[in-house]
Amino acid sequence: MTGEPLLDVRDLKVSFRTEDGLVKAVDGVSLTLLAGETLGIVGESGSGKSVTMMSVMRLINDPNARFEGEVLYKGHDLMTLNPDQMRAIRGTGISMIFQDPMTSLNPVYRVGSQIAEQIRAHDHVSRQAARDRAIELLAAVGIPQAAERVDNYPHEFSGGMRQRVMIAMAVSCNPDILIADEPTTALDVTIQAQILKLLRKLRNDFGTAVVLITHDMGVVADLADRIAVMYAGRIVEQGTRREVFYDAQHPYTWGLLGSIARLDRPKPRRLAAIPGQPPSLLRLTRGCAFADRCAHRFDRCDEQPPLLDRVGGNHLDACHLEPKQKKELRETTIHPELIGNAE
Amino acid sequence: MLTFIIRRLLWTVLVLFVITVVVFIIFFKTPGVDPARAIAGRNPSAQVLQEIREQFGLDKPLPVQYGLMMKSIFIDRDLVSYSNQGVKVVPEIAAATPATLSLVFGAALIWVVMAIAVGVAAALLRGTVFDPLLMVLALIGVSAPVFWVGEVANLITQGTLHDTFLFSWVPPLGYTPLTQNPLLWFKGLVIPWITLSILYIGLYGRVLRANILETQNEDFVRTARAKGISERQVLLRHTLRTSMITFVSLFGLDFGALVAGGALLTEVVFGIHGVGYLTYQALANLDLPTIMATVVYGAFFIVLVNAIVDIGYAWLDPRIRPT
Amino acid sequence: MTAAEAPSTPSAPSTPTNGNGDGELLLRAEHVTKYFPIRSGVLLQREVARVHAVDDVSLELRAGETLGLVGESGCGKSTLARCLARLHPLTSGSVVFEGQDISTLSRRELRPVRRELQMVFQDPYASLNPRKRVGEILSDPLRIHKRGNRDQVKRRVRELLELVGLSPEHINRYPHEFSGGQRQRIGVARALALHPKLIIADEPVSALDVSIRAQVINLLDDLQDELHLTYIFIAHDLGVVRHVSDRIAVMYLGKIVEVSPAEELYQRPIHPYTEALLSAVPIPDPDLSDRRTQIVLEGDVPSPIVPPSGCRFHPRCRYATKICAQQEPPLAEYGGGHLAACHHPLNLSLPAAPTAAAEPLPAVAGEAGEGEVPAEEAQ
Repeated sequence: MTGEPLLDVRDLKVSFRTEDGLVKAVDGVSLTLLAGETLGIVGESGSGKSVTMMSVMRLINDPNARFEGEVLYKGHDLMTLNPDQMRAIRGTGISMIFQDPMTSLNPVYRVGSQIAEQIRAHDHVSRQAARDRAIELLAAVGIPQAAERVDNYPHEFSGGMRQRVMIAMAVSCNPDILIADEPTTALDVTIQAQILKLLRKLRNDFGTAVVLITHDMGVVADLADRIAVMYAGRIVEQGTRREVFYDAQHPYTWGLLGSIARLDRPKPRRLAAIPGQPPSLLRLTRGCAFADRCAHRFDRCDEQPPLLDRVGGNHLDACHLEPKQKKELRETTIHPELIGNAE
Repeated sequence: MLTFIIRRLLWTVLVLFVITVVVFIIFFKTPGVDPARAIAGRNPSAQVLQEIREQFGLDKPLPVQYGLMMKSIFIDRDLVSYSNQGVKVVPEIAAATPATLSLVFGAALIWVVMAIAVGVAAALLRGTVFDPLLMVLALIGVSAPVFWVGEVANLITQGTLHDTFLFSWVPPLGYTPLTQNPLLWFKGLVIPWITLSILYIGLYGRVLRANILETQNEDFVRTARAKGISERQVLLRHTLRTSMITFVSLFGLDFGALVAGGALLTEVVFGIHGVGYLTYQALANLDLPTIMATVVYGAFFIVLVNAIVDIGYAWLDPRIRPT
Repeated sequence: MTAAEAPSTPSAPSTPTNGNGDGELLLRAEHVTKYFPIRSGVLLQREVARVHAVDDVSLELRAGETLGLVGESGCGKSTLARCLARLHPLTSGSVVFEGQDISTLSRRELRPVRRELQMVFQDPYASLNPRKRVGEILSDPLRIHKRGNRDQVKRRVRELLELVGLSPEHINRYPHEFSGGQRQRIGVARALALHPKLIIADEPVSALDVSIRAQVINLLDDLQDELHLTYIFIAHDLGVVRHVSDRIAVMYLGKIVEVSPAEELYQRPIHPYTEALLSAVPIPDPDLSDRRTQIVLEGDVPSPIVPPSGCRFHPRCRYATKICAQQEPPLAEYGGGHLAACHHPLNLSLPAAPTAAAEPLPAVAGEAGEGEVPAEEAQ
């Protein structure tokens, strides 16, 4: 996995003008994606993870939105393309699936025709050929009796099956990149396991690069090659999955890891919760956005920490703390009962 | 589907029964109503009145009268008007129906096309000055009473500007059957069509615009865009198709009401002798048989159209269909 | 193991052996059944089918403990919760709360019960009346049950807000001015207003962000200790359930398939569905995640309108045999308060989990059990 990145987002900024002021949803995000790689973007609501990828696809139609920065796909800046050029890329170069499969499919059309619609928008094939391909795709994503179910409506499928339909539709034109925005959040855990297994299979069979947006650390631990952690519109940590899980450098990441109620470890007496609330994106401070909730804040934190490689190996983080201090501090945050501190 | 139809038929019978009973009771409880006197004409003697009462069965108890009237409407079809001597009501209504249908179908065609144009334009032009402009025009259309618009139209086209080239083609008020003279039929209906549709263009344009704007934020429209299909396809196949569901069901109900005689005011203002006109006359003359017959006709159509709209709704929105 | 054909004799779960829950019996549900009719017909709507939402569920709850109720969509856990709280009438069966049978009480008769038994709901955005200020939302229960004069009510409302970690100044704010986590705290405060004994929490943290979830869980923990509360905690997140519960009941398609002390369930699951459920949970640890082989169930959850014959899980169960389709297995006891309904129970040869509170240091736990497959290279 070397060479030119397939997707290169450079200092993307997205803000929305509202009655109450300017909301900086994405505040200078840079990330890269290599061909065949899986990038996990982890964050909570308001972190800007969805807005970032929706902006890459240029799906944000809000007249009050302002965009800055570059989004390079195979060397071309998507931000400068005209609508027709952008449309040619959507679905064939970059595809996206969304969180709620019930509302993401049009309820009045049969699923076969919705898949065929995408195929015929990009390839000039006959209706019959498109329909046959749709059946093939439905079978490939594990829908039983695909030849009959191709004529069903979305509401005739269960949640998990609907998400498979979405996936079938998204990969129908063999995109280079598949963006999955919280694809399993609305699904039961056993169905989630099925969908993740399917994503892994498709990725392995076709070499598609995947951007997986989620708030669930468990999901990225399994599927992602690299992980970016977002908070308040910025990336606060980025690295390979082992680096982020075993050598996390940012207190927010520690907080996320510590607050998970895990099955693979014995139960702590108390969950290490992150105190406070995520900040309002209207009134972002000049300093580190996480400082208010951080137990390790010190005076340098009034200055926004840049996202830098402080520990080597392309593992980036945005925290002023010295790397040497971090190991010990991390242990107290993630396993407070070792040291005897309450949260 | 079969159970649906059967259930609807049973409901139709029940509804018709209730409505006709209510109309019947209202009529006979209205002060000053004495059908015998109306039928008899000027200065009837007591003896004549008595004879009339016997002949028309007006001396029998109310439930019996009701039964007899229903029988003559549905079975014998020889119900006779109280005010117009000897005129059979049912054929009279049948003769008036084409006029109403011509008026209503033409107006409906105009209003559907124009409302879609207005609604889509306003939604696409959101953010520019044209959107609120169109909506204000629509609001004026909704607010102006149809009889006022009609009279003003008549004033202009029949009176003031009649001799100018603009309106000299407008024929005098009245209806010409299609089979008799198609051109005159058409010319005589243009102004009434426009008058009647103004209200509905305003209403449906506003409704459609609101629906479109709402639908554009739906997740499936976002998915459609993410698929890379053209913006026009997104509008037609996804946004409009879904927004039309409400539009179509509302349309069905309004159209049904108009066919049932709801275009009464328009018909009167323009002298079109349709079912609405008949109803108006019958009410003015307290002619119960005609009233009853128009009510039955109207109620039947409304229930029928309701049923069609329900079936149509299920066809438009697959989620509603019974599994 | 006897195979009863009719819904079985319930084995009453024995007193759990943890510290909590040695209290007296607070709630006993016996053969609780709730069906929702599906009607169709021309003139008269006759029942043509039913949704078997909850089917013959029996359980016991002791004062001071937390019973976790776990399952996926359609398993009936929310319906069961509402039946226990008598928000629904029962189709059949009984619920005895504090020695009183509340199954058939009228609304009026239920009123005093409502003081003792409260619910916290899942959606913090929908469960608070957006037109009412917070002060009013919290004082409503007190006023309805006539608990105190105006001043006393005011004082109690401030107390409640402090109890859940909110500032008393928030009394005059509207729900929309708060974040999801704060709204959920208000929901909890409302449930606490009348000093209830039992709180049924229906997925109280599922709609919240991960970092806020832990806060609310800790809050619920603290409140339980401070106020001697008993909880029924419903969730689909197995990690959360394990953290808060003393005992856990696993539901599938309207039935309880396994009941066990919390730690025991995770180390020694007996029912194949529990095994699959545990296996499906993603592990936030890359190496462990690579090493394990997940059991991925095929297919969807069947419809509760036409549940499968015999054991309801048999169509998706990798261990199913002929008897599983024919006979419904009874909920049988396996010692230490651990029950399961299965013809082919798993992990019986494993020792029961230690129940002492002392936990080993957090080395990465990788015990192999019968259900797990030995280390394999990933992908």
